[in-house]
Amino acid sequence: MIEVERTGPLTTVQDLGRPGHGGIGVSPSGAADRGSLQLANRLVGNDPGAAALEVTFGGLRVRAHRDCTLAITGAPCPIDVDGRAEPVNAVLRVRAGERVELGTPPSGLRSYLAVRGGIAVEPVLGSRSTDVLSGLGPEQVGAGTRLPVGPPPRRFPQVDLAPVAAEPAGDLVLPVVLGPRADWFAEAAISALLGEPFEVSADSNRVGMRLDGPELPRVRTEELPSEGMVLGSLQVPPSGRPTLFLADHPVTGGYPVIAVVCASDVDRAAQARPGRRIRFRAVGPRGAAGARESAASSREDRA
Amino acid sequence: MRCADSGLLVELDSLREVQGLHGALADDPPAGVADLVPAARTLLLQLEPGADPAAVERAVRDVSAGSAQPRDGGLLRVPVVYDGEDLAAVAELTGLTEREVVDAHTSAQWTVAFGGFAPGFGYLTGDAPQLTVPRRAESRTRVPAGAVGLAGEFSGIYPRESPGGWQLIGRTDLEIWRLDRDPPALLRPGVRVRFEEAR
Repeated sequence: MIEVERTGPLTTVQDLGRPGHGGIGVSPSGAADRGSLQLANRLVGNDPGAAALEVTFGGLRVRAHRDCTLAITGAPCPIDVDGRAEPVNAVLRVRAGERVELGTPPSGLRSYLAVRGGIAVEPVLGSRSTDVLSGLGPEQVGAGTRLPVGPPPRRFPQVDLAPVAAEPAGDLVLPVVLGPRADWFAEAAISALLGEPFEVSADSNRVGMRLDGPELPRVRTEELPSEGMVLGSLQVPPSGRPTLFLADHPVTGGYPVIAVVCASDVDRAAQARPGRRIRFRAVGPRGAAGARESAASSREDRA
Repeated sequence: MRCADSGLLVELDSLREVQGLHGALADDPPAGVADLVPAARTLLLQLEPGADPAAVERAVRDVSAGSAQPRDGGLLRVPVVYDGEDLAAVAELTGLTEREVVDAHTSAQWTVAFGGFAPGFGYLTGDAPQLTVPRRAESRTRVPAGAVGLAGEFSGIYPRESPGGWQLIGRTDLEIWRLDRDPPALLRPGVRVRFEEAR
């Protein structure tokens, strides 16, 4: 068991979510940066979809009740284990009674703390993820939360650390495919979306990131009957400021989606903190598939 | 319509066609489809990572939505006490008496068209066009679990206490959403619903 002594702005338990329940209004949820969750799990020998802690903007302190093996990935926060500085993306051996503290990451937003054996809270609809929109899954983690750890998997950690390419400084460039409702927008909206920078606003959470930037005027102003929404959708409400949907996005929405961020790039979007500038670059549907393949192979490389 | 490499949004002419296509695909979805999300005029196919959107699109085009039958999810009887706060307002809006509103609601054959809004919530459509009413001008911040309401052409039951803007005509003790039950939602697309007056 590990015991939480302190948290930062938000810490939740996350795995790969509960897909397949959209018909009854349940979002997939799961880790906002799935690649980082999977990497943390692989480092400690877990199944890649085991439940771990998603730590938003550092600030977490936990105490191990027995010897355990941890890995911390994602936003590269400073890590302190009872006075020792430890690296991210590495296998950490922690003794019973030791405290692990995550500082504020200098870049990125969400760090993942995996423990060998996985966090064994009770699953809900097949997942241990906290869905902040619908309130499904375990309570958000707070001071005093005691998290059970599952039995160790058969596999042992294969490597001590994994090299992870740092996100380049400067604007975050995200590939998008226009549509499904790009035709509801003026030509000027499409050129603004692809030509001008947007800034991640403080009004952002696991549901979505509200973006500040140029207005995206519509040519069709009638009401859109609610329709299904995918991860990475850029939905534009009447204010004209788009919301980029993340893991806990609503299953359906009533505002048009001008473009969708390619699946393999949503992890990078989920690491953009308020104030970060984003530029969108259009790729065709074929390009989206290509981007996915290259991301899949680079993920293999680092695991 | 593509949603990048994450989904395929199929737009149809009517809710009936949506239900038909959903019925045709639900039991044996094309390879690479992770989930189906029906809505008023669309069916979203959520794709698994690595799925080929073009292949899924071909598979969907091979299904003739017009001839497909809506899925029959069985019949659910819902006992309702018709004492909702908006019953009088609904009577006024529809030009019916409160008694006639209740009779229309209990005699219509309702079907869950799609979910959304909250886990376990189902948008019910039925053969009761006389009950079409707008949402309330102002949403309530708290609607209790089990509240039965009307909005637009739809009827619905609030699965949990939540904010809401539907016109409330009654309440049911039936727990339509329970996580310790499999399936947790009683109102799944295709389920037929009959409201029965309880006292």
